[in-house]
Amino acid sequence: MLIERKWKKWLYFYLPMAAFIVFTLFPFYWMAVTAFRPDSELYATWRQPNAAPLWTLQPTLEHFYGLMKTTAFPTWLWNTMAIAIVSTGISLICGTFAGYALARLRFRGSEFLGTAIFITYLVPQTLLFIPLADIVRDLQLGNTPWALMLTYPTFLIPFCTWLLMGYFKTIPKELEECARIDGATRFGAMVRIIFPVAIPGILSAGIFAFTLSWNEFIYALIFMSSADQKTVPVGVVSELIRGDIFFWGQLMMGALLGSVPVALVYSFFVEYYVTGLTGSVKG
Amino acid sequence: MATVTIRDLNKKYDNGFHAVKDVNLEIRDKEFMVLVGPSGCGKTTTLRMVAGLEEITSGEIRIGTEVVNDLPPMDRNIAMVFQNYALYPHKTVFDNMAFGLQMRKYPKEEVLKRVKDAADILGIESLLERKPRQLSGGQRQRVAVGRAIVRHPQVFLFDEPLSNLDAKLRVQMRVELKRLHERLETTAIYVTHDQVEAMTLGDRVVVMKDGLIQQIGAPLELYGNPANKFVAGFIGSPAMNFVNLAVSSDGRWAETEGLRLQVPERLRSHGGKRLTLGVRPEALQIANGTDQHGFTTTVDVVEPLGNEILLNFRAGGAPMVARVDPGVRIKAHESVRFAVEPGRLHFFDAESEAAL
Repeated sequence: MLIERKWKKWLYFYLPMAAFIVFTLFPFYWMAVTAFRPDSELYATWRQPNAAPLWTLQPTLEHFYGLMKTTAFPTWLWNTMAIAIVSTGISLICGTFAGYALARLRFRGSEFLGTAIFITYLVPQTLLFIPLADIVRDLQLGNTPWALMLTYPTFLIPFCTWLLMGYFKTIPKELEECARIDGATRFGAMVRIIFPVAIPGILSAGIFAFTLSWNEFIYALIFMSSADQKTVPVGVVSELIRGDIFFWGQLMMGALLGSVPVALVYSFFVEYYVTGLTGSVKG
Repeated sequence: MATVTIRDLNKKYDNGFHAVKDVNLEIRDKEFMVLVGPSGCGKTTTLRMVAGLEEITSGEIRIGTEVVNDLPPMDRNIAMVFQNYALYPHKTVFDNMAFGLQMRKYPKEEVLKRVKDAADILGIESLLERKPRQLSGGQRQRVAVGRAIVRHPQVFLFDEPLSNLDAKLRVQMRVELKRLHERLETTAIYVTHDQVEAMTLGDRVVVMKDGLIQQIGAPLELYGNPANKFVAGFIGSPAMNFVNLAVSSDGRWAETEGLRLQVPERLRSHGGKRLTLGVRPEALQIANGTDQHGFTTTVDVVEPLGNEILLNFRAGGAPMVARVDPGVRIKAHESVRFAVEPGRLHFFDAESEAAL
């Protein structure tokens, strides 16, 4: 009986789990290997003797130096970071207040407003960039970081609002009522009691927003034209694919370095992130 | 230290639900008033309107001499204990208890002294540095009570504060709350659906149903003289037994299948109508000899509880329970004759359900 259960567990749990892990992590692994592979090995055929298609025999940093010397990669990294932080900050502030209002306040049209905000999130960016480009040009923000800092919140705020609205709904309303009896105003109760309790939710909304703006491609491609204003995703693609030549080593190195900050942010906040998504507050 | 006066209080929700209907209530200074009733009876809504957490549709609430209808909760000088404790999870026990005082800008020493005193009364001095999630249910409950008493409010409001505790702890906390109330001598309004809590804690008890007050009275008054069938059935455990009877046309006898009894003088005018007879389980005793007022039946379930035995049987077409002395030796399916004292019978109008 027990033995049967054991193999069943292997069959139904470990095996699919392993397949899933390989499936999700292999592209990342492939990127990392390619980033450290010398060009001679990169372009060799797999049939060749001593070929090691799944790893590298002569790891090298040549792509790292190439990336730093021939492109403005450090500037892209800085641009991406600044834009992601500012747009995440704006979106979190707006999203927290909007999410709280939609979750807690009863006012005329609150449900319609909630749905309307959600619908704006559903409009694809590939359509929205056309009118946005007009606005960005009219405000003369083109080719400045503000073009992205102010347009990213158009999809980040609805996203944060919805995620936080769900989180605020899981917080017992008695906490707030108790604070109001204890002598806090509605605003005071929100700031002193509800926001601190909602930190896991706010952090996970922040992480998501940060990742979304870090990886954003279309707006960055359209609104930024000069090489020193680009973000990592756009810079890597537009400067390292020249004509029909792909600089695979540098491309992969750029992608690897570009994904490190996001990975760091996730690993720092993973605990908050999980409770933020599952939303559990106990009194 | 204040009276709470409620006049013609109504609450209608936007969806048309009329939760509280014309409630009139006077809670005396230092009184422990319990609101009891089944869920949805409007007791919690009434309490929340006193707290200022729910808007009043019409009517008036006074705390002391002041009309508080439009005052925000913070200005009503009340403290409330919630069913789920509502402790601030990110604050320590000390900060939880001190929050209300800090919001009111009390000097530091005063805050410290009051929290210490309250912690001392409740026996939670050793927990002051902990966070709520590190506490057991009973400890959380104490902290919630402590948070209410540090404020020295005019009125305590309790919203089913014991229903999240296990049965044993609930009994223990019940006694502690009663002791605390005697010590603090503060007006208290306590909402519960548990009639045992209502009976043991309340100086007076308000029984509510469907937003209406059914009866207000001291616990034993409700038990002895219920105003209607609902109160009679709600107060007391096991509940009162009810049987429907048809009264003979001359008004002298009332009967149903297998049961026949003499109608008391005062009800003789009910000839030809229907009555509901109510008998408390302890009013049914095993007959010794041939008592005049009694009936014979077969017991189907015997529940020996140690201090008493509950006998379940059917009589007059209705299920009934009798509470008898633990010394009685009766087995299931045994035939038993029960005796009833005429003075311990309750009669209700079969239609209006009012006591007669």
